Amino acid sequence: MTTLTTTALAATAAQTIGPYWHLIEDPAMADLTRFGANGEVITLIGTITDGDGAPASDACVEIWQSSPAADDKFPGYGRCAPDATGTFRFTTVKPGPVPGRGNTQQAPHIAINLFGRGIMTRLYTRAYFEGDPLNATDPLLGLIDEPARRATLIARPEGANIWRLDIRIQGDNETVFIEI
Amino acid sequence: MNDIIGFRPPAPGSQPDNNTPAYGSTRARHPLRPLLAFPHTITEATGPAFSPTHFPPHTDLSVMNGKLAQGERIIVRGRITDEDGRPVPNTMVEIWQANAAGRYFHPLDTHDAPLDPNFKGDGRVFTDADGWYQYTSIKPGAYPWRNHKNAWRPNHIHYSFFGPGFATRLITQMYFPGDPLLAFDPVFKGVPDEAARNRLIANFDLDVTQPEHALGYRFDVVLRGRAATPMGI
Ligand SMILES: [Fe+2]
Repeated sequence: MTTLTTTALAATAAQTIGPYWHLIEDPAMADLTRFGANGEVITLIGTITDGDGAPASDACVEIWQSSPAADDKFPGYGRCAPDATGTFRFTTVKPGPVPGRGNTQQAPHIAINLFGRGIMTRLYTRAYFEGDPLNATDPLLGLIDEPARRATLIARPEGANIWRLDIRIQGDNETVFIEI
Repeated sequence: MNDIIGFRPPAPGSQPDNNTPAYGSTRARHPLRPLLAFPHTITEATGPAFSPTHFPPHTDLSVMNGKLAQGERIIVRGRITDEDGRPVPNTMVEIWQANAAGRYFHPLDTHDAPLDPNFKGDGRVFTDADGWYQYTSIKPGAYPWRNHKNAWRPNHIHYSFFGPGFATRLITQMYFPGDPLLAFDPVFKGVPDEAARNRLIANFDLDVTQPEHALGYRFDVVLRGRAATPMGI
């Protein structure tokens, strides 16, 4: 563990994104292939519900991929405003495996940030892909003992090249959120 | 083996709790289960880079189609550094806010205050090589919300920062000095540490103020610093 030096300031506090973040929204940002990315194009969709079972339609959903490496054609980052049912939809390129700590390897995954009214900081999670053989040895998935909990991080195929990962913020089948 | 270095954990008390009962909407929107502890990997330690070519800057919110927005014109200037005081260069900063009357240009804002045809309230700037950013806007008005009886949000501007990694991502709000509503605002007061909370308040700055033009405010921001220990160890 590290400690701050006495002269350093801690990182600025987060505050909720609130319900009006759409002023900076650009629907084009949900398509990570818009600059001409190469690779296997997939759709990542999911429905976000809160502890009352209500859709989090006001939320701001972001994704980031460390694979494939971001470049002029692939931004690696996307942002999406869910529809009225709380469903987000990204078009992106399927990631490959990336290194983990030490000599480990991580299964293909997409990082997900969730902001919204009533979320003070952010909720961070990951989407893995059902059926990938590397899931069995992924260092993060390996930390989750309960299969049902682990399943909250694993997107399932829903038609050709469409993967679904629903996110439940609170309660039954609550998504595993990760410290970041 | 890789030697990518992650970011430090948040300092105690410096960040609000997602379960903040005084802010009613957090009730059904905070996880009940503990977060999964997992050291940063390449996914958290790296992050997007935005080019002004794809994301053109929009640094003056106070003018639309050559027409001036209503309200008190302001210039906000500040420096973005990490927790070691190192500048964060060339990073994208997004801003959005209500107009001078306290009304957002947003279909869900039903507050009975006038829209301004010359104000939308969105901006985008990039820091320079030394971490400095600046934009021009108008001072946003306070607005009511339904969190509790007679609830009003203090004047604020919303900010989105990226920094060098997905872990440094930060969404926050900037407040104005001397605002009596701060004492009653559960969002602002949700930051436990008083010093950390007060760093969300901009300072009036006569050096940023431009004669016959606009009042100046200074708002510096700190993004998380790199951990000292390489992740491979
Ligand atoms: Fe606001």
